[in-house]
Amino acid sequence: MLRVFWCILSRDLTLAMRRRTDVLTTLFFFVIVVSLFPLGVGTESKALQIIGPGVVWVAALLASMLALERLFAADYEDGTLEQMLLTAQPLSLLVLAKVTAHWILTGLPLVLIAPLVGMQFQLTDNAIIIMMLALLVGTPILSLIGAIGAALTLGLRGGGILLSLLILPLYIPILVYGSGAVEVSRIALADTQPYFALLGAFLLVALIFAPVASSAALKISLE
Amino acid sequence: MLEVTKLECRRGDRRLFTDLGFALNAGTLMHVRGRNGSGKTTLLRTLCGLFIPDEGEIRWRGESIRALAEDYRRDLLYFGHTNGIKGELTGLENLAIGATLDGDRLSEKAIWDALERIGLTGFEDLPTRMLSQGQKKRVALARLILTKAPLWILDEPFTALDVDAVALLQSLIADHVAAGGIAVLTTHQEVPLTSGQIEQLNLGN
Repeated sequence: MLRVFWCILSRDLTLAMRRRTDVLTTLFFFVIVVSLFPLGVGTESKALQIIGPGVVWVAALLASMLALERLFAADYEDGTLEQMLLTAQPLSLLVLAKVTAHWILTGLPLVLIAPLVGMQFQLTDNAIIIMMLALLVGTPILSLIGAIGAALTLGLRGGGILLSLLILPLYIPILVYGSGAVEVSRIALADTQPYFALLGAFLLVALIFAPVASSAALKISLE
Repeated sequence: MLEVTKLECRRGDRRLFTDLGFALNAGTLMHVRGRNGSGKTTLLRTLCGLFIPDEGEIRWRGESIRALAEDYRRDLLYFGHTNGIKGELTGLENLAIGATLDGDRLSEKAIWDALERIGLTGFEDLPTRMLSQGQKKRVALARLILTKAPLWILDEPFTALDVDAVALLQSLIADHVAAGGIAVLTTHQEVPLTSGQIEQLNLGN
């Protein structure tokens, strides 16, 4: 099991390393979108601190959305996805490996670059740490839920737009609790705990159900 | 070993075939023939379990393939219209990943040998997107050398191959059938067999 998981994970990471532009586009998209707000809103630190967490989270949602379309599409086009469906491995395991690779390539960089974009909003050190933690728990959920949408819209014309319409509403709870945690941390650090508990619960539920749901969707898309 | 009973497949409103039935024993080669659009690919995909038939049942060693699921897929090798290889990965990497997913532990030597036999000496560690159409197809067909699956389902395996590769593929299929395997293929190319029997299936009359 672990061997197969690792095989797919390293396969997807190798593929991404040989075609780096896809990964970098997502990251730069995130940085640019976030950077536009201080430029548009002005330099007043109060206003920036208030909108900061929300803006970072919305940009993270959009960035992860942007990369989702490629999650299964490339494998679908060259027939490797079909071959994966025909192997003797449980498809949900393969999907989980692919989602993990997707998160390492698109979610993790956002977490790591968060301090840099946080500075533009004059967030305090505490707020930045909370934001990184919230993104660390939240971005895997985005990848997991997104995988269901990516599997459902596979091979459809104009799938990208449909994917955003399907998935963005499902991202709302993550957005609310993710940016909420950062917001609350400005008042009392200890009050962030319930937010993390909820995000953690979302993550666990998504980890269990999303791979199964995505593999069912993939089977339908490939029929 | 492979039994098909009362199979019916529709694409939209069009009925491709109905009441289709056959049984294939070990050491059989089945040619599926029919004009374009007669449902050859649909039949093969149905046999793989990728497409769920509207009626009928497919059994493998006496059990329904839907119930067998992963156990059936372990015995199956499907070769479709796409090669199923990654352009960014080398031939070696592609085959190694394919083998791991099939649950086989292959030595790197075995994969080198397979690529040599399929006529890709010197191209083993080039990304496959640099190869020609025929060479890509050869990389994909190298799986036939490495696999242990008893059931081969091949959809137009001979297209884009040169004379040498066609001969090699013919001999691979003949060896597989002679060793007690089953091969189902759609092709306009004849495959001469040394032993085993040939079945013909005509679709769309």
